[in-house]
Parts: sequence; C-alpha cells; structure tokens
Amino acid sequence: MADPKPRVKVPGTAKAGEVITIKTLIDHKMESGFRKDKKGELIPQQIINKFTAEFNGKPVFSADIRPAVSANPYFQFTVKVAESGTFKFTWVDDNGSSYTDEKTIKVEG
Amino acid sequence: MHMTRRQALGLGAGAAALIVAGPVLTPAIAAGPTADEALKAFTGGAEAKAAKVTLSTPEIAENGNTVPVSFSVESPMTSDNHVTEVMLLADGNPRPGVATFRFSDMSGEASASTRIRLAKTQNIVAVAKMSDGSFYMDKKLVKVTIGGCGG
Repeated sequence: MADPKPRVKVPGTAKAGEVITIKTLIDHKMESGFRKDKKGELIPQQIINKFTAEFNGKPVFSADIRPAVSANPYFQFTVKVAESGTFKFTWVDDNGSSYTDEKTIKVEG
Repeated sequence: MHMTRRQALGLGAGAAALIVAGPVLTPAIAAGPTADEALKAFTGGAEAKAAKVTLSTPEIAENGNTVPVSFSVESPMTSDNHVTEVMLLADGNPRPGVATFRFSDMSGEASASTRIRLAKTQNIVAVAKMSDGSFYMDKKLVKVTIGGCGG
C-alpha cells in the first residue's frame, strides 16, 4: 500500500497573536482489531496511534489515538501564532512508520 | 425445594444468557479498563466537576463509523493557567478510550474536533485536566442507529 496521504489546511497568513484554526486529515483505514475477515478470524489492529503538531520545533498540540477514532482520522484544533514559521505534523502508524507534512505561515505585525 | 414453572424458566434463561454472554464479554474485559477505571486513572481519583467543558455531539448518529465530536474548555490558555489534556471516553465501546489530546499555552483555545466510532448508543465523556491539577468534564448521550466496530 502506498503511504497514506496527509492533508492539512493552515492559513497562509495571520496577524501576530491571532488564534488560527488548523484542519488535518490522513488517509488511513484505522483497522480496529475488532473486525473479522471472511474466514471469521480477527484482522489485527493497525491504526494511527499518535498525531503531533509542532510549530518552529515546539510541540503545540498532540493526540494519543485509540481504535475508536474513525478511518481517515480528522483533527481540528487551534494555535495562537506570534511569529512566522513552520508547522510540522506527524502521524505515527502501528506498523512503525510515520508520515509527516509541513506548512509555513507568514505572521505580520 | 419447590420451584414454580416461572422461576424454573427464569433460572434457565439466566443460565443460558450467562453461557452466551460469557465468551462474548471475556475479550472486552481482557482488552482493558472500563470507562470508570479509565477516568480514575486519568484524574488520579480526583473529582471532575461538571463545568467549563462543552462537548458537542449529534443527538442521533445514523452511522456509528464516523460520529463528529467536538469540545471546548473555558480557559484563558496562558502559561500559568491552561488546559493541559482532554480525554475522550465512550462508555459503551468495547474499549472505552477514544483519544487523549494535549494542549499547550500556544494553543490559544482548548478546543478540538474529530470523528469517532461508536459501537452502540452510549455516553461520550470529555474530561479536561487544567494546569493547576483540577479536572472538569461534560457528558453527552449519543443514540447510534448502526454501530461502527465491524464484526
């Protein structure tokens, strides 16, 4: 399977001290570990178990995720930005892989 | 000992229910703590007051596979007074833990949205941990038409 594709929405510009809203989503089936295959055997769990957002290297938001989060996990949250910089988003898969995306924001004033 | 027909039937049905429920319940119990235990582990036994947290859920979820849930917590979100963590629990799922969100003084607001799976009609609980160590919570009942855990 190709790597899951993250999709992130961050405003391109903001005023200093503004609280911005960030929306993130990643394509992932979030196999719960409760489903059974055609032979009646449980399909092993494979989910995104952690999501983190950093701004200029500092953690701003994170989530520990369990199988009760829907497929293609979606998170919306806020960040108060004081300066221009780069957001780094990381999703950690049960299979040991991690997927990242980056977005820059220009802060004026 | 005398037993009426009704009692005998009742006992029989109870025993049958136990036998049927036994193997089904066992994996759920083995899978981890109940919602109450998870809540206690999170708060360390402290009381979570029903205030400050606003949990928004649909009253009726037609599809338990993807139920939109959002919450916000009243807080100035300054470095010495902010929400540090919010835990979401679903007390009727095979495993009640849904997710734990961590905030910082850079969050601006203690709010977030996500989409979750619900196996059946149940309560969703959001518990917020503040930087001073106090806890607040909100609870909402969501009616689920089609459960979302597969099977």
